[in-house]
Amino acid sequence: MPGQADRRCFGDMTRVMKETVRIASGQGFWGDLLNAPLDQVRKGPVDYLVMDYLAEVTMSILQKQKRNDPALGYAKDLVPLMQELLPFVLDRGVRVITNGGGVNPVACRDAIFAAARKAGLKGLRIGVVLGDDILSRIDDLGAHNIPLRNMETGEELASVRNCLLSANVYFGAGPIAEALRLGAQIVITGRTTDTGLTLAPMMHEFGWAADDWNRIAAGTIAGHILECGAQASGGNFSADWRSVLDLAHVGFPIAEASPSGDIVITKHPGTGGLVSVQTVKEQLLYEIGDPSRYITPDCIADFTSVRLQPDGPNRVRMTGVRGNAPTDSYKVSMSHLDGYSAFGSLTYSWPEALEKAEAADRIVRTRLADLGLVLDEVRTEFLGYNACHGPLAPKPETVNEVVLRVGVRSKDYTAVERFGKEIAPLVLTGPPGVTGFAGGRPKPSEVVAYWPALIPKSAVTPAVIVEEL
Amino acid sequence: MRIHLIDIAHARSGDKGDTANVGVIARKEEYYPLLVKYLTVECVKSHFAGITLGGVERYELPNLHALNFLLHRSLGGGGTQSLKHDAQGKTLSGAMLRMELDIDEHVVLERVHHV
Repeated sequence: MPGQADRRCFGDMTRVMKETVRIASGQGFWGDLLNAPLDQVRKGPVDYLVMDYLAEVTMSILQKQKRNDPALGYAKDLVPLMQELLPFVLDRGVRVITNGGGVNPVACRDAIFAAARKAGLKGLRIGVVLGDDILSRIDDLGAHNIPLRNMETGEELASVRNCLLSANVYFGAGPIAEALRLGAQIVITGRTTDTGLTLAPMMHEFGWAADDWNRIAAGTIAGHILECGAQASGGNFSADWRSVLDLAHVGFPIAEASPSGDIVITKHPGTGGLVSVQTVKEQLLYEIGDPSRYITPDCIADFTSVRLQPDGPNRVRMTGVRGNAPTDSYKVSMSHLDGYSAFGSLTYSWPEALEKAEAADRIVRTRLADLGLVLDEVRTEFLGYNACHGPLAPKPETVNEVVLRVGVRSKDYTAVERFGKEIAPLVLTGPPGVTGFAGGRPKPSEVVAYWPALIPKSAVTPAVIVEEL
Repeated sequence: MRIHLIDIAHARSGDKGDTANVGVIARKEEYYPLLVKYLTVECVKSHFAGITLGGVERYELPNLHALNFLLHRSLGGGGTQSLKHDAQGKTLSGAMLRMELDIDEHVVLERVHHV
C-alpha cells in the first residue's frame, strides 16, 4: 500500500524518504460531514489527515467565545473528533493537521491533552502554531507605519478601529512543516491558509526547499483541490450530477504526492462519489481570481500550467505545475461589527401565490416607511421564483407556492428589531392563503464585516511549540 | 445555430467578498474555442445586468479548456453583510449556464442538458 511501507519514529532525521505520501481531506468547512475524517482513516491507508475549519468570519465568532471564556475560541467539535482519531494517530501513525485552533490553539491543544489523559494515553505530541492573532497589536502596528488599510477599498482602518472583532494573519505551510519536523503528531494552527495544510506534509516528507517554486506550487494547488472536501470528489458537480453514484457515502479526496511534485487526486476504493478530470477541474476553478497568479504566503501558483490526466478509476494525475516566489506581505483577515440585520419570511399559496406575495411585500414596505425607520437596505426575494437567479429567472405563469423573504440591515438596532414585528401581522392583515410563520419574530443579529489587509512579512513571526503528553 | 451555454459547458461559482467568480469549463476540448469566441466580457456583463453592479473580468485557462470570470459587486455586499439568500453566489454558475448563444459554427451536441 502506498505510503504505508516505512513507518518511522517521528523526528528521526535519518529516515528513508517515502515514494508517495497520502494526504486526506477530512473537512471542507466547519459544519462539514462529521464522519468524513473517521472514514478517511478507517477506509484505507493515509499518512496525513488535513481539516479546514475557518471561513472568513469564523474568527470573529471564536474571538467572541474566547472573550466570554478564555478556555474557548477554537472549533469545539475537534475535541470529541480527536478522541476518536487518537488511536489512529498513536497506533497507526496518521498525523493530523488542522486550523481548527481558531483564536486559541493552546486551549484546543490542552483540551485534546486532557481527553487523552482521561483515556490513559501517553506519548502524544501536539504542535501549535501561534503568532497569527494580531488583534492586540493593531495600535502598535499603526504606530510603526503599518496602516492595515482595506486592500479592496483602500479605506483607512481608523473608520472601523473601535468595532474590530478579530485580526489574524494568514500563515502558510512553513510553521506547520516546522512542527512536523519537531515531531508533532497533531498540528493545530490558528489562521493558516487552507492550502498550507496540505503543502506542509509534502515539504516535510520530501524535503522540498521553500524556494523550490514549482513543487511548492504543486503542493499548493493540491491543497486548493482538497480544501473544500468532497467538492473535488463528486459533490456539487455541475457537469453531470446524475452520474455521481452513492453520494450518501461520498469519499473525500486524497492527494497522493510524490517527491517530483506530480500529484494524484483520488479517494478510497468502495466509497461513493467521483474523482474525474471534470470534478477536479470544477474545484480548481472554485474561488480563484487571476489563475496565473494564485497568491499564497508560500508561492504564487500558476493554475494555467496545470495538466490533468485520467490515471485509472477515480484517479486524476496532476503534472507540470509552475510557480513563482511569493510577495513580501502576508494577508490579514480582520472583521468588524457593522450594524444589524434580520430576515422575515412567509409562504403564500395558490391561487395567485406570487401576486399575493408581491402585494404583501408592498404592504410591509409601506408600513416600514410610515414608521420612519432608518434602514440601510431592504431586500425582497421570492423563494421559488427569483431568489437564486434574480432578473434572469423567468416569471412563472403559476406557482403552487412561493416564500416571501424580506431582509433589512441597519446600524440602528431598534430599527431592525421593529422590522421584526412587522412580518407576523401580515398573516391577518394582508392577502389570503398565507402560512409558514413559526419560530417567533425575526431577531436582529450582528452583521460582521470582513476587512482584508496586507502586512509586511517582517512584522510578524510565527511561533511553533511542540509538547508531549 | 442557437445553443444554451449548458450544452457545451459546466461551471462552478463562489465568492470573495462582494465579488463572485464563475469558472466555465468546456464539456469537450473542441468546445473551448467557442467559449473563447462567444463568451465575451461584454456578453457576460449584459447577461448579468441587474445582478452584477461592478465590472466583469475574464481569464483564460486553455490548459483546462476553461474561462474564469470575476463578477464584481454581485453579492449584495458579500459575506454576512449581504441580505441575499445566495450571499455566496453559489447559484451564479447555473445563472451563467442558462445563457443562450447564437453561434456561426455547427456543433453536434451529444445530448441536451437539463433544458
